[in-house]
Amino acid sequence: MSDRYSIFSVLRESLRGHTGWRPAWREPNPQRDYDVIIVGGGGHGLATAFYLAKNHGPLRIAVLEKGWIGGGNVGRNTTIVRSNYLLPGNIPFYEMSMKLWEGLEHELNYNAMVSQRGVLNLYHSDGQRDAFARRGNAMRLHGVDSELLDKEAVRKMVPFLDFDNGRFPVQGGLLQRRGGTVRHDAVAWGYARAADRLGVDIIQNCEVKGFKREGGRIVGVETSRGDIGAKKIGVAVAGSSSRVAAMAGLRLPIESHVLQAFVTESIKPFIDGVVTFGAGHFYISQSDKGGLVFGGDLDGYNSYAQRGNLPVVEDVCEGGMAIMPRIGRVRLLRHWGGIMDMSMDGSPFIDKTPVDGLYLNAGWCYGGFKATPASGFCFAHLIARGEPHPVASAYRLDRFATGHAIDEKGMGPQPNLH
Amino acid sequence: MRIACPYCGERSLDEFVYSGDATVTRPDAASPTAMEDFVRYSFERTNPPGMHRELWYHSAGCHAWLVVTRGVATHTIASVEVARDVARAASRTSSDPAAPAKDPA
Repeated sequence: MSDRYSIFSVLRESLRGHTGWRPAWREPNPQRDYDVIIVGGGGHGLATAFYLAKNHGPLRIAVLEKGWIGGGNVGRNTTIVRSNYLLPGNIPFYEMSMKLWEGLEHELNYNAMVSQRGVLNLYHSDGQRDAFARRGNAMRLHGVDSELLDKEAVRKMVPFLDFDNGRFPVQGGLLQRRGGTVRHDAVAWGYARAADRLGVDIIQNCEVKGFKREGGRIVGVETSRGDIGAKKIGVAVAGSSSRVAAMAGLRLPIESHVLQAFVTESIKPFIDGVVTFGAGHFYISQSDKGGLVFGGDLDGYNSYAQRGNLPVVEDVCEGGMAIMPRIGRVRLLRHWGGIMDMSMDGSPFIDKTPVDGLYLNAGWCYGGFKATPASGFCFAHLIARGEPHPVASAYRLDRFATGHAIDEKGMGPQPNLH
Repeated sequence: MRIACPYCGERSLDEFVYSGDATVTRPDAASPTAMEDFVRYSFERTNPPGMHRELWYHSAGCHAWLVVTRGVATHTIASVEVARDVARAASRTSSDPAAPAKDPA
């Protein structure tokens, strides 16, 4: 049996015809009850289960997934990780996430292809340069790396941009060298395998249909595979947050919106890092397979359909052409959509709910992937100890009532604009 | 997705601007529970997975505000009404003395 992945296990198995590998995770039947049930087998749910088992065990933990693990947004995003935030409630959290990414592969014994290839946000006006300088300074004050580049420094990095002829000439950029990309499916699989090895039951094709309560307290869930008891339940279901919360009688400060992502045919190495266009909304990187992976704005209206509309396809491609015209001849291979849990201020929630024993992890908008490790770490801390982790203490569900919104973009309560 | 504006007929989506849930109504600022009411009105949404009543503004057309009833999982549009008519109908059936006065016409 080869349980630990290493060069030695690969060599040994190659000599044995690969007969000794065992499945990366079991397929257990649900038990009658658990200490903690996590609803949602995406990146955040699986990470939560892993950190619960690792840091707060021994606990009997199950992850319930309606479809298959990693089939939702963790398999649909553009794989970018970064911690270039501005506001105090956000920077320490996302920097913790970045540090967890840096050690993730050793921690999970799984190749997640963490690649710190740099994230470059372009600016196109004096005002935008000043705003980026402020953001960069805020990051540095929190111990996060950032560099403000002028036009010549950007030209050295990415000489093929349309610097001077465009409607919005490139003036420079804010660079976070530690940012980059991570193979998104491998994050879900790596957390699933590591959690499974710590005894977590990952139960797929198990849809939660309702919550069971006794005297106002959560005591279990009704699922498509029967009732399961639990002392505590954590919900991490992204775009389905409002639906699941409604089963517990809650109404959330969240709207569900669709975000599209795109990949082109494979081409030779072209873009080293991640580049974002500051005068529109367009971000692009190149996968190790060679495809250009890019995205832009939300479609802009409430949607539970995991597919997008054509005007946004056109708008995103226009953004790409505005900044790097030479990608115009590359053919689009696929585009797809994922359902984002857009919160009213663009920032997430990791908090208790008014229902005793029910915890919520939601509102990630379209920035959830980079947050996966810290989200799981902090959510596990909250569920196990009943109090928020210090770096996630601002992500309260009642922050609108108390006037503590974390509005990174300054858009107000308009979820389609964050 | 195309929206059939009552004035302009069926038009492309990029002529319209979306303005969210049409079922929330501005609460009475003089109410003793005004603070909680405004938090609910401003921030909390039902966000249903089925039919959704929502506001659209025909910005590149006739500038009418519309109430569109749309299935958010299928993008099928069940009805498009002029928002002014919807508000008038609501104020006629409302017993709330703070509701807008009836249309004199």
